[in-house]
Amino acid sequence: MERKRTPLWALHKQHGARLIDFGGWDMPVAYATGTLKEHKAVREAVGLFDVSHMGEVYLRGPRVREAVEQLTTNACAAATPGKAVYTLLCRPSGGVVDDCIFYKRSDTEFFVIVNASNTAKDLEWFREHTHSLCEIEDVSDATALIAVQGPKAVALVDRLAGGTLTGLTSFTFADAVIAGVPCVAARTGYTGEDGFELACANADAPRLWTALVEAGGLPIGLGARDTLRLESRLPLYGNDLDDDHTPLEAALGWAVKLDREFLGAAALRAQKQRGLERQLVGFRIPDEARAIARHGYAVVDRALGTGEAAVIGTVTSGGPGITVGGAIGLAYVPVARAAAGTQLTIDCRGKDIVATVVSGKFYKRT
Amino acid sequence: MSSYPTDLRYTSDHEWLRSAGTAWRVGITQFAVNQLGDITIVELPKVGATVTKGESFGTIESVKSVSELFAPVSGRVTAVNAALDGSPELINDEPYAGGWMIEIEPSHKAELEELLSPDAYTAHVAAAE
Repeated sequence: MERKRTPLWALHKQHGARLIDFGGWDMPVAYATGTLKEHKAVREAVGLFDVSHMGEVYLRGPRVREAVEQLTTNACAAATPGKAVYTLLCRPSGGVVDDCIFYKRSDTEFFVIVNASNTAKDLEWFREHTHSLCEIEDVSDATALIAVQGPKAVALVDRLAGGTLTGLTSFTFADAVIAGVPCVAARTGYTGEDGFELACANADAPRLWTALVEAGGLPIGLGARDTLRLESRLPLYGNDLDDDHTPLEAALGWAVKLDREFLGAAALRAQKQRGLERQLVGFRIPDEARAIARHGYAVVDRALGTGEAAVIGTVTSGGPGITVGGAIGLAYVPVARAAAGTQLTIDCRGKDIVATVVSGKFYKRT
Repeated sequence: MSSYPTDLRYTSDHEWLRSAGTAWRVGITQFAVNQLGDITIVELPKVGATVTKGESFGTIESVKSVSELFAPVSGRVTAVNAALDGSPELINDEPYAGGWMIEIEPSHKAELEELLSPDAYTAHVAAAE
C-alpha cells in the first residue's frame, strides 16, 4: 500500500531525510544530521518536528462536556477554557485505548490531538461512547502539526508571532498567527523541553515550516523524538501503554481523577483498593555494560529457573541515554521489584545485563 | 546514486573487504551506515576467534535497532578495531577507514572468489533501493 505523506514530505526529501514507514506514513526518522546530533540540538537549542501524521478531532455541542467527562480519566471537562489537559482514554476494564491531549476551547468545544496509529480506533471509540451528546469532526486529513521544542523554542515562536504568545504558560493554548499562518499554538510537547506544538491547515504548513527553519529551527526526525521522550520518561502508546495495562500500572495515576465517573473508573478504583501487582519502572544500564535493553526484552530472575519460568517482566521501551549517558528504558515488573535502587536482570539477546531501577525522569531540564 | 570504493570487495550483506597482507580487513558500506543511522554499540569477537562465512561474528546497534554482523569469509580473526569500543561513531564518520571492524585470515581461499566486485555491489544496492 502507498504510504501516506504529510504536507511537508517534499521539504523533508529536499532536506536529506531518511524516510521510513511509520504506521502507514512515510516519515523522516532522521535527517542527514543524524539522531544523536538532532537529540542534542533539541536539548541545547531548538528543533522542529513534523508530527502531521497525528490525528486531530473536534468535539462540539451544548452537551459536549458530559461526553468528555465520560471519555477521559483526567478532569478535562471541568478545565478552564484555554487549558490543554493530558489524559488517558480507558476501556471499562481499565486498559488504555490511547493517551492524548484535550484542548478546551469553550464549554461547547474541545480540540483533541491523538496518536497517529490510533486515530481510526479513537474516532470509532468517540462515536461509540459519546452517545450523540456531541458532534465529532475529524480534521486529521486537513491539519498539519509542527512541534517546536528546545530551550530556544519559545523565543523563536514568540518572535514569529510578533510577541503575542509571551503570556502563554505550560499546558495552555491560543489561536495565533505565526509567520503569517493562522495556527492553534499550544505550550506542550513530547521532548521534556519547553516549546510549542502548532496546528495549522495543510496548505499553510510548508510556509510555516520554512519560516521556522529560517528562524533557526533544526529539522528533527522521529528517531530523536523517541530518544527525547524516553529520557523525559513520557510514555509511548503501543510500547508502554496498551489495552493490557492500566494507567495506574503505567505510573500515570496523576492523570487519573478517581473522584469522578468515567469509562474505566470502577475498574481503576478496584485496582487501587486491591493494590498493584506490577508497575512500569524506569531503569538505567551503565555505559560500561555496552548494552541496550530494547522493547520486548525479558526481565528475568534466574533463581526461578530457566526459559519462561525465569521471566518476571518485560521491557517496553529502551534506548541510549543520549543526554544522560548509558542506556535507559522502561519495564513492567512486579511491585516487589519496583523500588528505586532495585537491581533487575534483563536478557539482552541471550546475555544477562544488570539494570538499576530509578525513580523520576532520566532527564529533567534545569 | 552512491559510488563505492573501487579497491574493495563486497558482500550482499553490505560489508566491504580490503586485502591487508595475508588477512582481509572487514567493515560495512556507506549504504549499510545510511540504513542503520547513528551507531552506538559494536560487539566484536576477540583476536584468535574463528568465524564461519555467513554466520554471525558480532552485533551492531544503532539508536533504533540491533543487527547481526555476518562473516564475509571463514577464517581466524587476526585483528580487532579497539577504537570502536569507545568511539562507535567512527563507523558513521569514516566507514572505509577508521570504522573498520576486524581482520580475518581466510581459511577457505575459494570463498574470496564469491565476493562482489564494486560494479556488482553497486548493481546489488541499486536493486535494493
